[in-house]
Amino acid sequence: MDLNFTAEEEAFRQEVRDFLKDNLSEELATKVRNGRDLNKADLEHWHATLNSNGWLAPGWPVEHGGTTWNSVHMHIFEEEAARANAPRTVPFGLGMLGPVLIKFGTEEQKATILPRILSGEDWWCQGYSEPGAGSDLASLKTRAIRDGDDYIINGQKTWTTLGQFANKIFCLVRTSTEGKRQEGISFILVDLDTPGIEMRPIKLIEGGFEVNEVFFTDVRVPASNMVGEENMGWTIAKYLLGHERTNIAGVGASSEALSQLKALARKVKRKGKSLAEDPIFAAKIAEVEIDLEAMRMTNLRMLSGVADAQGSVSSMLKIKGTVIRQAINDLSRRALGATAAPFPSEDVIGNYAIAPAEAASNAANYFNNRKLSIFGGSNEIQRNIIAKETFGA
Amino acid sequence: MDFTPTEDRRMIGDSLRRYLAEQYPIEHRNAVAYEGAFHDPAKWAELAELGILGALVSEEDGGFGGAGFDITTVFEEMGRAICPEPMLGNLMALRLYAAHSQAERVEAIIAGAEKAAFAFDESDTYGELDEIAVRAEGDTLTGRKTVIYGGNSADYLLVAARSPSGALGLYEVAASDAEVLPYAMIDGAGAAELILDKSKARCLAEDARDAIDAALDAGRLALCAEAVGAMDVLKAMTKDYLMQRQQFGRPIALFQALQHRLVDFSIEIEQARSITIHAAAKLDSDDPKVRALAVSQAKNLIGRAGKLVAEEAVQMHGGIGMTWEYAGSHYAKRLIMIDHQLGDTEDQLRTAMELSDISKPT
Repeated sequence: MDLNFTAEEEAFRQEVRDFLKDNLSEELATKVRNGRDLNKADLEHWHATLNSNGWLAPGWPVEHGGTTWNSVHMHIFEEEAARANAPRTVPFGLGMLGPVLIKFGTEEQKATILPRILSGEDWWCQGYSEPGAGSDLASLKTRAIRDGDDYIINGQKTWTTLGQFANKIFCLVRTSTEGKRQEGISFILVDLDTPGIEMRPIKLIEGGFEVNEVFFTDVRVPASNMVGEENMGWTIAKYLLGHERTNIAGVGASSEALSQLKALARKVKRKGKSLAEDPIFAAKIAEVEIDLEAMRMTNLRMLSGVADAQGSVSSMLKIKGTVIRQAINDLSRRALGATAAPFPSEDVIGNYAIAPAEAASNAANYFNNRKLSIFGGSNEIQRNIIAKETFGA
Repeated sequence: MDFTPTEDRRMIGDSLRRYLAEQYPIEHRNAVAYEGAFHDPAKWAELAELGILGALVSEEDGGFGGAGFDITTVFEEMGRAICPEPMLGNLMALRLYAAHSQAERVEAIIAGAEKAAFAFDESDTYGELDEIAVRAEGDTLTGRKTVIYGGNSADYLLVAARSPSGALGLYEVAASDAEVLPYAMIDGAGAAELILDKSKARCLAEDARDAIDAALDAGRLALCAEAVGAMDVLKAMTKDYLMQRQQFGRPIALFQALQHRLVDFSIEIEQARSITIHAAAKLDSDDPKVRALAVSQAKNLIGRAGKLVAEEAVQMHGGIGMTWEYAGSHYAKRLIMIDHQLGDTEDQLRTAMELSDISKPT
């Protein structure tokens, strides 16, 4: 047992810190810290910044533009990036399509698509869920029917995150209605400017726009856009589920959110005392801090490959990580009292800055982060996964 | 970062697990735990021979372990067998003797020739060291100590008492020089009351506060590890029961309501294991505050997780979980009562709040 990072890992942490200090603008970090929406230019700028240092797709093999980082390096990077309030990279091209192509793509697909993900020429979004296929993804109905050298796609996708910024979408589509449902699904790449596609924004609970519905009407896509063989889409989707689990617990992001919560609690007062000195409120902070400390250790145990029940540990981390993050958001919102309520689109009301500054988007973030326990396989689905492993049924 | 146990610790853990599985099955455990001496001298001698007590003390103090991970290795196995032997009392006594250079005593305890216990609690102080009323006068102590773990079988009692200077001192009283009233605890194992009336005492230190805090933290860490071991076993029992018990024509393990509850407590067990590892690493910190924060955080989480696992396991077993005959009920009792030892969930939270940077930025 030695829970210290190695000298090499500590040096790497310093390198990451230095990089963030030199390359992350105070303006962008403040936007992230205050939970404001990032626009397309912000995200593209951050991608380009990381890419210029070769750090945009750390999980990819070096020959495709990735790094030699191991999972501890990635954990350190996530931790430092969250601490510095760097934007998170958009995962659809980098963490999802990239690894899929590297594993299942043709040489031509890899050569043409991967560089364009890194350069930012292409922004990918995801077409998995449908109105009738959420947790039960295998019931998806969007059809792709072969027609000569093309497929013709009809149907509807939903919950497509940041689709409004994207020019490409990867989709799971039904290519067969024979046999088992899972065996008639394919993974296909689509240009969003193909005729017959309509993207409509979905306004979310807090008033923001980050997800969309995508409608496909007789959309003609070259058959060469299929990844892997026809009807092998489910295998690909399952591969992705087990991929890039390093950050599933969101330890870095929760740690940063917790230190912001503490700073807020030291500042705001009730009955003449700061909330940090109020035993009722401070006890709640202390409890979530303990849970987070334990989860940090669980996460490191998983990264070191020694945690028991390896297969289901990522499901555990997903459940616990989201519950902890939501508890922190909940406390931050409550710390603000009435000042959590103003709902302006800017950081000002008239000529007056919103006070305290943290108040501006706090309640919105709380509402928005209710998504955490729903998306990426709801926490109930994660429990089913663990139960299946536990009971073998 | 390396989470694999050292070869030495793995061997100690394995041999203790094997020994307890063979020599301390639940029937024997219950016979010892609730009746008579609450302690089996022959088994204690064998545990000493296996080197279990030596593992709790550092090499420079006469043992061959003594680090946080040595303590967790031993106590996790004690928890798996819910072994009633007075390991906790002797652990704290060993740490206190070692801290005060009592090499002969340390050697005798490690060899199994003598046993000791640490008497700190009093019936109306609830573990608050600042309020200890037992006081030293000349070579004697007067007052009453309560719920001394392992006090039933101890040859010597280390007593935390008010020194003439007002500091918290540490005194040794031979069991034969005072009135010791042994009894069983509700979850098994023995404890004792100690009645001191100008009883002869040997002063080890006029001010032993730091050593006492450190020994209590070692005890708390031990309880965390014991709980992790007990939770692992209770989870396995619950899982087996759910798969075997048939209702409505199928194993009740197939009902999602029960599956998700088992999953939820399994997650808390992993969290408990993680925070115990964290505390074990910090037990040896040079900074007592770092140690105390990590230990209090661990025991707070253990308190919450232990209660969840105990209550849910009994519930999911239905009526069987309520019976004395079923081993699981004794594990559940132990898990609940661990929270009552050396400071409960809220006590630990108060310590953690005080030592964390919540109100004072670092």
